[in-house]
Amino acid sequence: MRPFQYIRPKNVKEAVDMVSLEENARFIAGGTNLVDLMKRNIETPDKLVDITHLPLKKIEYHSGTLRIGALALNSDVAEHAIVNSRFPLLAKAIDAGASGQLRNMATVGGNLLQRTRCAYFYDTAFPCNKRQLETGCAAVGGINRMHAIFGLEKNDLEKSCIAVHPSDMCVALAALDAIIITFGPKGERKIPIQDFHRLPGNRPDLDSILEKGELILAVELKSNTFQQHTHYLKIRDRAAYAFAIVSAAVALDVQQDQIRAARVALGGVAHKPWRLFDVEKALAGKPISQNTFRNAAAVSVADAKTFEHNAFKIKLLPNVILEALMNAAGLEPSYD
Amino acid sequence: MINPKNIHASEPDASLDRVDGPVKVTGTAKYSAEYQFGQLTYAVLVTSSIAKGKIKSINASKAEKAPGVLTIIHHLNSPGIPGYPVVKQPAERAPLGTAFRVFYDELIYFNGQPVAMVVAETFEQAVHAASLVQVVYEVEEHQTDFEANISKAEMAPSVRRSKNSPFQDYDRGTTDAWKNAEVKISATYTIPTQHHQPLEPHAIIAVWEAADKLTVYDKNQGVKSAQGNLAQTFKLPRENVKVISKFIGGAFGSGIRVWPHTVAAVLAAKKLNRPVKLVLGRELMFTSVGYRPYTVQKIEMGATKAGMLIAITHEGIGQTSQYEEHLERTILASRAMYACPNVSTRYRLLSLDVNTPTWMRGPGDATGMFALESAVDEMAFALNMDPLEMRLKNHADSDPERNLPWSAKSLKACYLLGAEKFGWKNRALAPRSMKSNGWLVGYGMASSLYGFHRHPSKAKAIMLADGSVVVQSATMDIGPGTGTAMSRIAAKVLGVNPRKVRFEMGDSSLPDAPGQNGSSTIPSVGSAVHVVCESLRNKLVTLAEGMPGTSPSYANILKYHNLSQLEATEESKSGPERDQYSMYSFGCHFVEVHVKPLTGEVHVKKVVTCADVGKIINEKTARSQSIGGVVGGIGMALMEASVMDHRYGRYITSDLASYHIPVHADIPQIEVHYIDKPDMLVNPIGSKGLGEIAIVGVAAAVANAVFHATGKRVRELPITLEKLI
Ligand SMILES: Cc1cc2nc3c(=O)[nH]c(=O)nc-3n(C[C@H](O)[C@H](O)[C@H](O)COP(=O)(O)OP(=O)(O)OC[C@H]3O[C@@H](n4cnc5c(N)ncnc54)[C@H](O)[C@@H]3O)c2cc1C
Repeated sequence: MRPFQYIRPKNVKEAVDMVSLEENARFIAGGTNLVDLMKRNIETPDKLVDITHLPLKKIEYHSGTLRIGALALNSDVAEHAIVNSRFPLLAKAIDAGASGQLRNMATVGGNLLQRTRCAYFYDTAFPCNKRQLETGCAAVGGINRMHAIFGLEKNDLEKSCIAVHPSDMCVALAALDAIIITFGPKGERKIPIQDFHRLPGNRPDLDSILEKGELILAVELKSNTFQQHTHYLKIRDRAAYAFAIVSAAVALDVQQDQIRAARVALGGVAHKPWRLFDVEKALAGKPISQNTFRNAAAVSVADAKTFEHNAFKIKLLPNVILEALMNAAGLEPSYD
Repeated sequence: MINPKNIHASEPDASLDRVDGPVKVTGTAKYSAEYQFGQLTYAVLVTSSIAKGKIKSINASKAEKAPGVLTIIHHLNSPGIPGYPVVKQPAERAPLGTAFRVFYDELIYFNGQPVAMVVAETFEQAVHAASLVQVVYEVEEHQTDFEANISKAEMAPSVRRSKNSPFQDYDRGTTDAWKNAEVKISATYTIPTQHHQPLEPHAIIAVWEAADKLTVYDKNQGVKSAQGNLAQTFKLPRENVKVISKFIGGAFGSGIRVWPHTVAAVLAAKKLNRPVKLVLGRELMFTSVGYRPYTVQKIEMGATKAGMLIAITHEGIGQTSQYEEHLERTILASRAMYACPNVSTRYRLLSLDVNTPTWMRGPGDATGMFALESAVDEMAFALNMDPLEMRLKNHADSDPERNLPWSAKSLKACYLLGAEKFGWKNRALAPRSMKSNGWLVGYGMASSLYGFHRHPSKAKAIMLADGSVVVQSATMDIGPGTGTAMSRIAAKVLGVNPRKVRFEMGDSSLPDAPGQNGSSTIPSVGSAVHVVCESLRNKLVTLAEGMPGTSPSYANILKYHNLSQLEATEESKSGPERDQYSMYSFGCHFVEVHVKPLTGEVHVKKVVTCADVGKIINEKTARSQSIGGVVGGIGMALMEASVMDHRYGRYITSDLASYHIPVHADIPQIEVHYIDKPDMLVNPIGSKGLGEIAIVGVAAAVANAVFHATGKRVRELPITLEKLI
């Protein structure tokens, strides 16, 4: 790893100044992703601005809004009583990620900005547009079992990226319409989670719309009517401690066995957490039943595009959504 | 006077806890990288990013100027290794059978090959400087894709030369007689490249004590073989090389050979005349210390309608490098496992532009028995017969390959015990017919076997003045609990409490013993410990003769004779029994899996494993071995695969986030049962090897259970969920 400077700013303003004004400075929170990337020369900052002591750790609930500080630990969020009672989907998603040790270090801000686990991104011996623009995407014609099926660049795939965003937490945040609150050189702003992460396009090096030096302060969630019927289903190669092949965060607002509204978001399928608005529409107003779920889930892959090794996701995905919905609704699936 | 028969074994009936447990859990056990030296320096390897070609140039000038850098070694400036031949100009590709030579010439044989090494005052400085070394290559076209090159596989040259090689084509009875059988199956099975990935990465500290005197603190599985190898490589008298390897955090075969990184560290320490530490990063663990080779096997099998095996044809093709052969037992199990009159085996090797594979737990047999035991299950299905019944019917009562009686074999007892403990009788015959809570339920089983290995071993036993005992042998403990088992053997012979025995190993200056591999440690070294303790006891008994009193303690015997200690050294080895009996460990595994029909996720719910390995020396540590083998087998079956992008000839699995090994959540309760009947024909302790047989067959049992649950036969490991939806 390259030699670097390490600095602890006194406050948010100073932190933002340091990163926005310095050529090659980076915030560091739990460091569980950034340090790994530095060890493999994928991130090569000259300066690390340690934000862990800034007062951004609180988890508060006021008049229908949950505000989670950017430095709240993943494990603290997942264990928080209000998160569990009012936003259980978030707790379930966080608990499905990484390991106990990592969740004890990882922060909410860091989780939002963790980088893809595409193997080609992780090894500098391979070309990778995300690591270095215009070098090509080794995954397009390579081993792409874990890669995206949605949100892909239409024209020049070789100049783009087919990697997926690896976060579990963000899938729940997408389903719950979280707002990301930031403070940058231009002041504070509120970014809906839908707009926060980017599709790769011709700038796959950028994962989010944050500007240089823009610091995440908190994540906000509005109280909702979904807490009774939620499920996070993560499909992976082993029972714990593995990134999602695909994952589904589903939430249903059910009244008298009728679905009033539904939320369905996916992980492991796109460069960002992926909302399935069409599936949600297909669910709204229908009775809860395996049939409803199966029909809605079938809509999910309409726009999918696959590669050599991930074609199975087209078959898997509707099944995962169906299973997640059945679970959220408390139905026993019946199989043929 | 002591009557040896009166020596009461004060050994506790319950198993002994690991004697090294406390130092391991308190962190005071010193592993290879943890020795401290005043002048210690840190080395980091630079490795090739191409699979085949030449190094055109190396520019290290930027790296040399980086802070703390002491030296950068590569083929252009290497001080040279005395044991290597003089470099040819222009460089020639190494002839087959040449172990990889580090920093020797400009030729690249595999991706990840060490091409330079940076040594600096601190680890961080070395890592940084290594990233500044610029290597320019002349790329040549490489072949790393097994499937694309499979037609080039051929009989290994060494096998062609040796008529007695077990890897010669073999025919018992009629060649390919399966074709004429009433019921036949034919199937191809594939296992991917798998890596040992012990949690402790390989590491070495090399210290030159004098110009011709070397000590290495090295992670390996055989201090004596490492000593011999380093002595040869650096042209030193054997006794001038000392290898210390006291604690090892898992190895599974990855430490049997001396690998290039060890040689590189010794070379650098020589050049700098300072101790050099080199720890392999996780990504280098994929290209530096071998792996289980990618293997494709075809099994053709014929049986009568009544389920009697008529014929087996087993072909195996393994992978190796361009510079060395690597032969595995892959097809051999098919000759000995079942009473089958017609058996043909063929074994071929495919050389690719990769590093050489090596032995990995249950080498060859874990691979071969995945195929054979899957095929037997397929045959049982074709016959509409219970797979256990099929195996019982075709049980080999004597070795059908060598026409010899078994030294001992309680496989039938294993089958019956395992079946009862598992509840095999509840298995519905038809696949995809058992369900539970929305999951498909499958029961599968497989047999296992592993050849008996015993090598000449020496041990020394010392009775100290206080009546405690030190036993020494240059063997190893890569995890099974060797020290614990040896203490127990010694204690039993001497009739002392095992806690009064200290077993010393992992040091090449101790009495000669084999490395820890091939499940040979207990059979070989355990026998030596038994014999040497008998010899020591006899000496003590002789000394006790004529002493006053009826049964003087060992301490009193020494005191009476004014001795500060008394020692004995013995060697133990096999005799003619090797040619009179066929010797194997046997066992079987029963596995229950649940499979989610919608998503194809497989959860192993229960495993019952039974083994007949002769006498169990210490049940607690034995059980850990068996459990570890099952866990390894579950990994092999469901998740372990090193995946290469053949356009680059480079692995894309380069960390433990992408190369999956099982975690706790993947592992159910594992029940372990032993027959525990001494096999006194194999050695004086009646004990056979356990380490390898614990994994052999597990992958097949899992695959068979998955078939039973889903009706889908997966012949290509690992069984990932896309193969089931
Ligand atoms: C072995 C392993 C397995 C894992 N498995 C999973 C998994 O299954 N599911 C999953 O979701 N995740 C998984 N993770 C990822 C883990 O969740 C992330 O590493 C973690 O959330 C990152 O948080 P951190 O605080 O450590 O971030 P850091 O590593 O400190 O930072 C990550 C990035 O975020 C930026 N950053 C951090 N905080 C802020 C802020 N407040 N404002 C602006 N920028 C900021 C940093 O500059 C950096 O670029 C795994 C990680 C590892 C190492």
